[in-house]
Amino acid sequence: MGRYILKRLAYLIPTLIGASILIFFLYSLVPGNFIDGDPNLTAERKAELYALYGFDQPTIVRYFIWMGNLLTGDLGFSLQFQRPVTEVLNNYIWSSFIVAFASLFLTWAIAVVVGVISATKQYSLYDAVITILVFAAMATPSFFLGLIVIKYFAVDLGWFPAGGMTTTGADYTGWEHVKDVLEHMILPVLVLTMLGIGGLTRYFRTNMLEVVKQDFVRTARAKGLKERVVIYKHALRNALLPAITLFSFELPALFSGAIITEQIFNWPGIGAIYMQAFTVRDYTLLMGFTMFIAVLTVISNLIADILYGLADPRVRVK
Amino acid sequence: MSQSPLIEVKNLKKYFTQKSSLFDRKPSPVKAVDDVTFTIEEGETFGLVGESGSGKSTIGKSLIRLHDISEGTIKYRGIDIHNKSKKEMRSLRTKMQFVFQDPFSSLNPRIRIGDALAEPLLDHGLVTKDRVRDKVKEVMEICGLPSYHIDKYPHEFSGGQRQRIGIARAMVMEPDFIVADEPVSALDVSIQAQIINLFKELQEKKNMTYLFISHDLSVVEHLCNKVGVLYLGSMMELTTRDKLYENPLHPYTKALLSAVPIPDPTKRRERIVLKGDIPNPANPPKGCKFHTRCPFTEDICLKVQPLFKEVEKGHYVACHLV
Repeated sequence: MGRYILKRLAYLIPTLIGASILIFFLYSLVPGNFIDGDPNLTAERKAELYALYGFDQPTIVRYFIWMGNLLTGDLGFSLQFQRPVTEVLNNYIWSSFIVAFASLFLTWAIAVVVGVISATKQYSLYDAVITILVFAAMATPSFFLGLIVIKYFAVDLGWFPAGGMTTTGADYTGWEHVKDVLEHMILPVLVLTMLGIGGLTRYFRTNMLEVVKQDFVRTARAKGLKERVVIYKHALRNALLPAITLFSFELPALFSGAIITEQIFNWPGIGAIYMQAFTVRDYTLLMGFTMFIAVLTVISNLIADILYGLADPRVRVK
Repeated sequence: MSQSPLIEVKNLKKYFTQKSSLFDRKPSPVKAVDDVTFTIEEGETFGLVGESGSGKSTIGKSLIRLHDISEGTIKYRGIDIHNKSKKEMRSLRTKMQFVFQDPFSSLNPRIRIGDALAEPLLDHGLVTKDRVRDKVKEVMEICGLPSYHIDKYPHEFSGGQRQRIGIARAMVMEPDFIVADEPVSALDVSIQAQIINLFKELQEKKNMTYLFISHDLSVVEHLCNKVGVLYLGSMMELTTRDKLYENPLHPYTKALLSAVPIPDPTKRRERIVLKGDIPNPANPPKGCKFHTRCPFTEDICLKVQPLFKEVEKGHYVACHLV
């Protein structure tokens, strides 16, 4: 196992180099930059800024400078915020993280239970109703779902705030602040959960249906075990196995933010910042963030493989 | 013979309804088991033979209620098992066990075999937690599995060993009746002999009763004392092993027996070769079900379904010509 992990870690290096080349050159090939976007600058001032930020260097040279900085943990300098990219990311990523984490937790918890019941009662009324609801939620665009939710729960019923992360003007501290943020979180988490739950429910339903038909489930029934034990111990444990892989892939999603949903709820998360950085062409921020997600993605792939090996005795022995 | 038999099957029917298309007038049920009656006495090994699709496994599963039946009754020691609540049936399961055909897929790949064997004992409260490991080891040894294998996973065993696990799993609750659904057909011939001998040994030690499902007539001859021959869900012939192998009366039984090789190259047996395949059970032939393939078909066979009658003591045949 140790050797295997080392080997896999070694494979990460070429993958990440490839990713960095793609990310850097794609963004560099796009015409225009942050400085060009400002029509008020004189040609003289422009040249000055070009030299200051290193835009006058050839692209290849700029790549190696960027790469060298990356290796020391420096993601570059955000022109828009006039602060290091790592600092900007650190400022916004956590507000995205709490929303993503809450909705991830809810999505998985609900999807497992609903999917399992749906599979054990295949073709029942419950199964049909759940299937329709789940597909309806999945098929609705996030901007539409978000606005509907705001209309009913924030405007008509007034239960939850319509947007933002904290109440404007309020200066809560401690427990009050936590409560305030939680209240603001509910609607975006609701929308993200509704969007995510569909695919996952269907996934668990299909997996369970497959496992329930296996011979060893029949064996468990022949043992005279309770149906609950048959389903949750013998069947679900085997159905969850492939989901480990899926779960590890959610790791980057925890940090990548939800671009549209964050915009709608005016949530100060990284998704909204990402969108903003596009409009002002703050490429260092975009490249730094994309590279960060790329690193998370390859790491989560590795974690998926290791976890799979730990969970499945058939893989473990080899 | 005065007491009631261990297993009593009466007019058992199991129909599977096919999902009919929108324009079908009426759905046609597949008559997997069509009016089968037999009894199994305590300590007996009842062999059930027939081609694939003849309903052997369906009968086996019905006998320990792995699925529901359409009509008829199945009694275990006089208890109608298909009339019991799920809870009562669960406790009955400790007495009636099943050995599955495929030793590879019938074991949960993620559970150590020691745990798999211990699970039903703990679940039914038959053995206390501190005693369970010893009990499991004991049963493993009886079934020819060294007890140091107790913490291994199913994939670490060979096919024959896995089938021993399957048998140990069935034996661990000390049942008195076991349905063995083609337990050796997935194994090599040399391993088959070991497993069959294991079945015999266990029977002698624990006074077991078996329903042994097989399509291999030489295995059945070796192991069973009563044999039922199935064709398209109906019993064609039912008698003791000796009578069946010495004096088969039904043409189908004759044909099956003529295909069994004799372990003597100088001897030749006149083979009765059946034409065609087993017909579709959703649409079985009228009259005698076997008439489409029978070499002796007469007019009456096409029209009238033969009765299952006792032609001599303990020898039942469903054929017009006997």
